[in-house]
Order: sequence, then structure tokens, then C-alpha cells
Amino acid sequence: MADATPAPRARSLIHGLDALRRGQPGEVRVTLGHPMENGLRHDGYGNVVPRSIVTRFECRLDDQLVFAADLYTAVAANPYLAFWLKADGPGTLRFDWTGDWGFSHRETRQINPA
Amino acid sequence: MSGIALPRRRMLGLGAGTALGLALHCRPVAAVSAAPSLRTVELDWAGGRPITEGRVNFEIAALVENGNTVPILVKVDSPMTAADHVQEIVVFNEKNPQRDVVRCFLGPANGVAQVQTRIRLATSQQLVALARMSDGSRWSQHVDVLVTLAACIEP
Repeated sequence: MADATPAPRARSLIHGLDALRRGQPGEVRVTLGHPMENGLRHDGYGNVVPRSIVTRFECRLDDQLVFAADLYTAVAANPYLAFWLKADGPGTLRFDWTGDWGFSHRETRQINPA
Repeated sequence: MSGIALPRRRMLGLGAGTALGLALHCRPVAAVSAAPSLRTVELDWAGGRPITEGRVNFEIAALVENGNTVPILVKVDSPMTAADHVQEIVVFNEKNPQRDVVRCFLGPANGVAQVQTRIRLATSQQLVALARMSDGSRWSQHVDVLVTLAACIEP
């Protein structure tokens, strides 16, 4: 897409990492602050608000892709995803969100399952 | 020569004008009816493989008060081992402007085949959650939901 609209800046919440146990599946819950503008709405002047959504989420454990999701306009604003993860030891988790207008957001967390 | 060329040009102009008129006339209709049916989307996703109802547990409130954010949970009955695991979980809808809702890609590192998210629903409709296993089999569960406040409405 053209770069007329700047990609929104984002904040994210990542929960569940402290509760991970070695070799045991645990739930990881991630939320990204993002409007997920679906491109169907109009502003006060009758102009269509251009689509700006997060289209892809990826989670890597030590550079190995463990979970990915393609998101569409039907995903609610501030996209929330919960998935399970089984980690056999300490490692680095990387969370990547990418979307329209060149949007990208990355979070990195060290995990040390008990 | 010019005696032939002029009507031909006029004919071409007439044809182009008609085509443009048709295109203008058809475009809104096409835009509204562009989204394929839920069944078509499911069959396309399956790529000719049979889809069996079962093994997928699709949890969503039967009565949705706010279509702007609807929690969903999809759990698939699978041991999630290297030999037998879920590779993909997708959700499609019947009556939103676009059929796709979310596509999740999983593997044995997940341990449990369960995903949750929050979605938008434009109106009361049917939803389907589908799962693709590592053996290539495809499973589904359909759910009907009633939406009292629809998403995609101003503001």
C-alpha cells in the first residue's frame, strides 16, 4: 500500500509467560493496542476511512516459529490472541505483528520455565 | 475510406459508452454480492478433501449483545505430538463483508490445540471453525449466533 497514512504506533500486553512450566503446555495471551480499522467506515465528511489492520502475528521461540495467525477485518480492535506453548527450557520468545501501511511491532521476552 | 471509418468510430464510441455504463451500473451490485457463500469458502479451504463434523470445539456465546468484540475459543481434540498434531485452525463467517475471520498456524510446540481471540460480527449468522490435521484430515464445527448490536455500524 502507499504510505499516505502513517502506521500507528502500538503498545502490547503479554501474559502467561511466568506461569510456564518446563515441558508443560501453558497458555500465552497477547494483546496489541491497534484500532483494526476495517476500511468500511466513513468519517464525519463522508470519506471512507482507509483500511488499517494487523494482518499477521508470529511467535518464535529461539527463532523457531511456534505460532502464527493471519488476521482479517473481522478481528476486533486491539487484537487479542491466546495460544498454548510448551517450552522445554529457557529461551527467547519473539512476538511480531505486521499490518497495513507498513505497520510492524516487535516484543522480545526471555522465558525461564520452572 | 472516411465514409467507412466514421461509423466504425461512432460504433466503437457507442460500444465503449455502453460498456462504461454497464460497468458503472454493475459495480455496486458486484461489490455487495462479491463475497462467496460460507459453503464455497469451506470447500475452497479444504481443497477437495472431505470435511468431517467433529473433533473441533467452537465456543462462542449463542446470544451476542455487542458484535464489535465477541470472544471466541476454538479447541481441537489432538495429542499435539510430532506425529499427530493440528496444523491450522481457521474461522469463517457467513454474513460479514468478508468471509475470513482468522487463520491460526500451529504445531507440536503448542502442546495444546486451543486458540482464543475476539472478533466482530455484522449480524446474526452462522460461523464455522475448521481444523487441518497433520494427516491431512479436516474437521469442523458450525455454530449459529444471534447478534443484537451489530459491528460495522457507525460510529
